[in-house]
Amino acid sequence: MAWFKRSKENISPNTLKKELPDGLWEKCPSCNEIIHKKQLETNLWTCQKCSYHFRIGSDEYIKILLDEGSFKEVNRKMRSADPLEFIDTKKYSSRINDTINKLGLYDAIRTGTGKLNKKDVAFGCMDFRFIGGSMGSVVGEKIARLTDTAFKNKIPLIVISASGGARMMEGAFSLMQMAKTSSRLARLSEAKIPYISIVTDPTTGGTTASYAMLGDINIAEPQALIGFAGPRVIRQTIGKDLPEGFQKSEFLLEHGFIDVIVPRKDMKETISNLITILD
Amino acid sequence: MAKTVLDFEKPIVELEAKLEEMRKFSDNLDIEKEIVKIEEKVKILKENIYKELTRWQRVQLARHADRPYTLDYINLMTTNFIELHGDRHFKDDKAIVGGFANLDEHKVLIIGHQKGRDTKTNLYRNFGMPNPEGYRKALRLMKLAEKFNKPVITMLDTPGAFPGLEAEERGQAEAIARNLFEMSKLKVPIIVVIIGEGASGGALGLGVGDRILMLENCWYSVISPESCSSILWRSWEYKEQAAEALKLTAPDLLKQKIIDRIIPEPLGGAHKDHQEAAKMLKGVLKEELSQLIKIKPEKLVENRLEKFGSMGEFIE
Repeated sequence: MAWFKRSKENISPNTLKKELPDGLWEKCPSCNEIIHKKQLETNLWTCQKCSYHFRIGSDEYIKILLDEGSFKEVNRKMRSADPLEFIDTKKYSSRINDTINKLGLYDAIRTGTGKLNKKDVAFGCMDFRFIGGSMGSVVGEKIARLTDTAFKNKIPLIVISASGGARMMEGAFSLMQMAKTSSRLARLSEAKIPYISIVTDPTTGGTTASYAMLGDINIAEPQALIGFAGPRVIRQTIGKDLPEGFQKSEFLLEHGFIDVIVPRKDMKETISNLITILD
Repeated sequence: MAKTVLDFEKPIVELEAKLEEMRKFSDNLDIEKEIVKIEEKVKILKENIYKELTRWQRVQLARHADRPYTLDYINLMTTNFIELHGDRHFKDDKAIVGGFANLDEHKVLIIGHQKGRDTKTNLYRNFGMPNPEGYRKALRLMKLAEKFNKPVITMLDTPGAFPGLEAEERGQAEAIARNLFEMSKLKVPIIVVIIGEGASGGALGLGVGDRILMLENCWYSVISPESCSSILWRSWEYKEQAAEALKLTAPDLLKQKIIDRIIPEPLGGAHKDHQEAAKMLKGVLKEELSQLIKIKPEKLVENRLEKFGSMGEFIE
């Protein structure tokens, strides 16, 4: 009766209920440890017990990676023009407006320049919270311009990806952002300016199939989901369960697509070393 | 060839069958007159039906089982085609074919997605869904074309890159990304033609070029209408609405300035007359080639960067 065995012990009457008071505490999705928000922040949003890396956004990454106060954001208010006047169960234009109002972000990436251990860098960071970190015209254009900044100022380019892929609601425009970003990166590469791609949980679809995989150095955070097709689609296609650890950072490293896996606490020093060496 | 009839093609096919029957008795003069009348009727019916196609109907035409595929066009348009196989690393992907050929006076490299016609050939071709080695084969051949200074023609016709376990292991995403990166700086002319289905990254992996052409009854978008329906409507039933919302037909894409030119198909679609479809395509390809080969390689690459750089709409 092996199939009947419980894999988790958390549904017995003796299990302690871990209730969360609002606002102050977070529960680790991996080991269920309850962590105080302050402590989580000190720990760079990783679990002190199992070192699970919480999904975070551009604000946090700017704090973690760039020298304090050095980030100068550009094109902050660039927003989607809804070129197809797309409607599904909801108007895309209202989806955009609602998300902007809720998050105070204008699209799924923030870009600008900053200093990393006193070295100038062109820096972009995606926000998965903004419509699944999807790439439409705005993300594509901002990455293209950021790449141009790196090209013109001859400074390294660093992009942090967290994205479900190309944004459906902008149809072929979204698809073309893959070509747009990749072609700019090709030009940057010809100029021998380093591009470091940092891939975080989760990065899939058109984002992986363009700038996220095109770093001179591809770095991943531990245990991040990284792939082209999503796990659900693959499971449907092959009609079998997927092996443990499939499409995780460690799997990609093993298959040769990630240079190195770096825990969040070592990320800044690692990038700093790399750009010093490549300079 | 097995004939597949789509729903909206039925009235035409029925009338044509009636016409065929009447022709058998055409020694009678009265029937002769009747035949002319029906012929006229068929023509008007066809024109009306194909003028008013919905986006979903175009998607159906793009997938029509009798539609010409890459190798059909190659056979009908070129001479001395020699297919070259393999990515030199892992294997030969049958979902992408490529090789050098003569297109009249032009010596070119032609690469395209390849579908099968029946179950057996479809399994062999993996339904036109490439694995990473397919994209890597394509890139190897394009580098060869660059080395020997031959223009490249790519033909897009895929329901998507294969979403399989091994495809992920071998880096489907990296393979597509690498092609976008390398195609954008290839120092020979590239003409891209969408000849059927242009599904997302799987299509774009052969789709960066100096001219993007599209046959009249094709679709090209970030996702198929079915998958879009399943994600946004959480049901497979909204594919017609999804097709409308995605604005994925040739006229749509011309308006969006994503393609440069629409190539007309024979009335009723390319599957009605392979010869004629290939002839129309060949004419356009030769015209575009003769212009592109005059442009210096550095300028070509610069223009290509600008072309894709200008795609996208946003508010500042």
